[in-house]
Amino acid sequence: MTEPGNIVRVSKLTKNFKMGKMDVEVLKGIDLEIVKGQYISIMGPSGSGKSTLFNMIGGLDKPTSGKVYIDEVDISQLDAYELAWLRCRKIGYIFQTFNIIQVMTALENVTLPMVFAGMNNDDAVQKGIELLDVVGLGDRFQHKPFELSGGQQQRVAVARALANDPAIILADEPTGNLDLTTGEEIIKLLKRLSLERGVTIISATHDFKMLNVSDQVVWIRDGRVDKIEDRNELSISVGQIDDRG
Amino acid sequence: MDRQVVLPFLKSLEIAYKNLRVRFFRSMITTMSLVLAIAFLTFVGVTTDIINGMLDSGNTEAHQKLTQSGYDIDSVQSRMESDVKQRWIIMLSLLVCVVGIVNAQLMAVTERFREIGTMKCLGALDRFILRLFLLEAGIQGLAGAAIGAVAGCFFALLNAFFRFGTLFLTGFYWSDMAAAAGVAMGVGSLLSLIGVFYPAMVASRMQPVEAMRIEH
Ligand SMILES: Nc1ncnc2c1ncn2[C@@H]1O[C@H](COP(=O)(O)OP(=O)(O)OP(=O)(O)O)[C@@H](O)[C@H]1O
Ligand SMILES: [Mg+2]
Repeated sequence: MTEPGNIVRVSKLTKNFKMGKMDVEVLKGIDLEIVKGQYISIMGPSGSGKSTLFNMIGGLDKPTSGKVYIDEVDISQLDAYELAWLRCRKIGYIFQTFNIIQVMTALENVTLPMVFAGMNNDDAVQKGIELLDVVGLGDRFQHKPFELSGGQQQRVAVARALANDPAIILADEPTGNLDLTTGEEIIKLLKRLSLERGVTIISATHDFKMLNVSDQVVWIRDGRVDKIEDRNELSISVGQIDDRG
Repeated sequence: MDRQVVLPFLKSLEIAYKNLRVRFFRSMITTMSLVLAIAFLTFVGVTTDIINGMLDSGNTEAHQKLTQSGYDIDSVQSRMESDVKQRWIIMLSLLVCVVGIVNAQLMAVTERFREIGTMKCLGALDRFILRLFLLEAGIQGLAGAAIGAVAGCFFALLNAFFRFGTLFLTGFYWSDMAAAAGVAMGVGSLLSLIGVFYPAMVASRMQPVEAMRIEH
């Protein structure tokens, strides 16, 4: 029924939010198939529902109707334990606001998911240091988040997202709070990880710098998929965007 | 495949301890009312022990001292009445203390919603969060109650010394004082746990998105 190799499949997904007595339809039926190992950008204007979709795919919020399949498993069927396991092992999250745990050092932030995954402390520390090295923070592992710049905090978040070698990295506007150059570095880092490690990267963004590295761009407008463009089709619209912006 | 996420007990203890250390001031404020209540509880307990010791010793000099400082040593009834009054005051102070802890912990938990949401995104189960909060409160309770008990004993002895001179040692047993301090510490830890339970439940049941949406 489904093609193999779809790491994420979203089917007829809707989400309503209650605003007082009114139901606000935010997602109005999203269908999406994401192939393993790709770098996907979800683009769309503010309020179009990108973050909402992100939360559904990541198992952080429940859809009103429709299904999300991760590795062809319907995640609405998972119990609390399996869902925690999914969040811990299968998916790495990156947020616009970094969400580094402020009271922990960079290294402790990175090792925490490994602890949850049951790895012993020494191995976790070793792998944590390696990962911080991968993101270019090898010498900063003892630093507390407030001693790090925004870009460095986001690198910690990237290292943390990689902690348990997830199949998917979900990033919600990872460059939203960063300046141009730092944002570009984070994008390059994500792209490199997707190439080197075969991680599927799904990133919601406003950032047109993302387009250059994306294998596929999903345009969302008003809670629906507007169009899906592959890399080769992109140059045309990117041209238009550059003209506009 | 074993699809379980875990948080070993020692690791939770380590995280709880570090959390407390990093938020030292916050934790102190939360614990302050507990320290005071336990100090008061210990003070009253030890003072009662001392006075009862002096009464029961049959030492006339001690009895004189007691009468001088306003004790009606002959009337069993007045002794019981003051006991009841004391018990009420202690209960009230402990109640106030619990309310204080709940209040302080609710604020502390609210400040940590984002952290809780993040932990859940990393795979934490509800009960990991609950356990962390209970451990933190337990440590706070033990430490706060220990400080309170020591302070309570110290001031009870000091107070007794100024009122009765060295006579207060007649019929006084150090083991009684240790027992009173021990009870106070137990009560303190329990109060701390009771006070954190509701805030911790609220925190641990939050959905990750809810927890992270809240702005500070
Ligand atoms: N918990 C909620 N309760 C009510 N409405 C919500 C809630 N979360 C999101 N919305 C609404 O859903 C719509 C889509 O929000 P969403 O955050 O998904 O947009 P977005 O595409 O991520 O926007 P941005 O680019 O600004 O981040 C918005 O109109 C928002 O007001
Ligand atoms: Mg958003």
